Amino acid sequence: MTEPSARTENDQAAQLPPGATAESVSEEHLLEINNIEVIYNHVILVLKGVSLTVPKGGITALLGGNGAGKTTTLKAVSNLLHSERGLVTKGTILYRGQPIADLNPSELVKQGVVQVMEGRHCFEHLTVEENLLTGAYTRRDGKAAVNRDLEMVYDYFPRLRDRRKSQAGYTSGGEQQMCAIGRALMSSPETILLDEPSMGLAPQLVEEIFEIVKKLNEQESVSFLLAEQNTNVALRYAHYGYILESGRVVMDGSAADLRENPDVKEFYLGVAEEGQKSFRNVRSYRRRKRWLS
Amino acid sequence: MSPQFLFTIEVIANGLMAGVMYSLVALGFVLIFKASGIFNYAQGVMALFAAMTLVGIQNGQVPFSHLINAVFGTNIHHFGWNLPAIVAILITLVVMVLFAILVERLILKHLVNQEPIILFMATIGLAYFMEGFGDLMWGSEIKILDVGIPSGGSLWLEEKTIGWAAEGSNYYGMYIDKLDMIATVVAILLVISLTLFSQYTKTGRALRAVADDHQAALSVGISLRKIWVIVWTIAGFVALVAGVMWGAKSGVQFSLSLIALKALPVLILGGFTSIPGAIIGGLIIGVGEKLFEFTIGPLIGGATENWFAYVLALVFLVFRPQGLFGDKIIERV
Ligand SMILES: Nc1ncnc2c1ncn2[C@@H]1O[C@H](COP(=O)(O)OP(=O)(O)O)[C@@H](O)[C@H]1O
Ligand SMILES: [Mg+2]
Repeated sequence: MTEPSARTENDQAAQLPPGATAESVSEEHLLEINNIEVIYNHVILVLKGVSLTVPKGGITALLGGNGAGKTTTLKAVSNLLHSERGLVTKGTILYRGQPIADLNPSELVKQGVVQVMEGRHCFEHLTVEENLLTGAYTRRDGKAAVNRDLEMVYDYFPRLRDRRKSQAGYTSGGEQQMCAIGRALMSSPETILLDEPSMGLAPQLVEEIFEIVKKLNEQESVSFLLAEQNTNVALRYAHYGYILESGRVVMDGSAADLRENPDVKEFYLGVAEEGQKSFRNVRSYRRRKRWLS
Repeated sequence: MSPQFLFTIEVIANGLMAGVMYSLVALGFVLIFKASGIFNYAQGVMALFAAMTLVGIQNGQVPFSHLINAVFGTNIHHFGWNLPAIVAILITLVVMVLFAILVERLILKHLVNQEPIILFMATIGLAYFMEGFGDLMWGSEIKILDVGIPSGGSLWLEEKTIGWAAEGSNYYGMYIDKLDMIATVVAILLVISLTLFSQYTKTGRALRAVADDHQAALSVGISLRKIWVIVWTIAGFVALVAGVMWGAKSGVQFSLSLIALKALPVLILGGFTSIPGAIIGGLIIGVGEKLFEFTIGPLIGGATENWFAYVLALVFLVFRPQGLFGDKIIERV
């Protein structure tokens, strides 16, 4: 069994995720983030050299605790950082081999990269259906195609069909999350940057939403970069994972490997291996981490 | 019917029509506020500027003629033509679109993500700049705006209503200004078309989306800059309509920009984020101040119209700060 690879600054992590099992995950890299630094307000250094790749057809998880820099990484890709006074000061971000730093969010959506923001952000005074239709704002392929996709979204999220005429602000948290994902789907994306879909939802709903993400990945061949604090769920659905701590990637590997990794188990999944939950263990993890970063 | 009763009806009708004018100005504020969170202090000056431009273009005035004459020693003032009102209105519309684009390019673009107070200050600057710029462009003298809207009381209505009063009473029929009637019809059409636009078009939906959540709108690929240009264009259009109506009524001069002050109480009543609120608020204030002047005014020495709206607004601020129709803040846990 392969150990999750220890990472150094120069490791481009360009290899195919070693443990990727799904056949649909190709070798082609859709998104490549190379060693980026992000600074907020000109002073707060938040990402300190993050590198990762998202292969075509895969679900790639970006894990880590609150404040680790997951959202910042996603926004660096979707170029939503500008509106938060954040700036990528170092490194490159390539989509299908092309640098995308100069594209605005609208151009990126047209290229097939769309973000579902943390905390859902539905347009609360618009109906669910209007929310979905705004997702198709950048499309130029005609009403018929948009309506076809609307039906497709309703097929994946039958609850949304029931609530299509309700104001989004009055729907439940789970429905809003579905609405936000559905809205992103309406742009007919190739890659969805999905930020904390599990946030604030009951476990059963989380499961329901991840099942749909998986289906979308398999049936509509949408690739996902998924930011999650809920390591347990994320690693069950993702193919590959990166673990972020204080703005650095401290570990990465196939989801299967990460699930078995003792450090991940102890510090992210909350299950200690029997008899090993000791101070020594923490120390060795700390030592390894320092060595990594 | 007693003449007293008929008078009251006349007062209410006149109040409603004055209210429509207030609503028109308030509408411009609400549109910009909803889409960009900016309280546009320049809305009144925009109405003045639009009206000045319309008069200037219609009369074939050479823009910046004073400046040109001063610099080149020439003496030109007029192109020597008079354009039909409709052509002049269309050209003025184009000017307002250009204005919206310039505002976005020169101001908004550089101030994204700034505090609302900074944007507010920017619009104050814009207001004073436009005031001076308008004078420089078209001259500061009082202008007469004539786009063919008839004025004076409606004889038709007077004749119709004169027989309503009881036989032998001193009643000469209802007096309602034709201009007010037309303004009302125009305002109603404007509101209907704005509503249809925002409810049933893709761009209208995008406008509402931006009003709800900037970040989310960005994330689905809506270009805020484009939306701002559209919103300022619409606000410019509304300002033009308001400017034409007020200008036709009382001439195009500096005081026209002060109608913005009348819009403030309307906004407080109706809520800053509600288009129906702006309309109903305007009507309430229009009717309220006319009725108050008619009934209570004589008892306390008259001239209540100057302050009634503000007092009413104050009362509202105390008891219902979000206004009658301000956006309900949807909160869920
Ligand atoms: N707009 C911002 N301005 C300044 N600091 C920010 C901003 N957004 C996030 N941060 C900081 O950046 C760090 C990473 O945040 P974030 O990317 O949201 O983490 P995560 O999504 O992993 O919880 C946090 O310490 C947070 O305080
Ligand atoms: Mg986050």
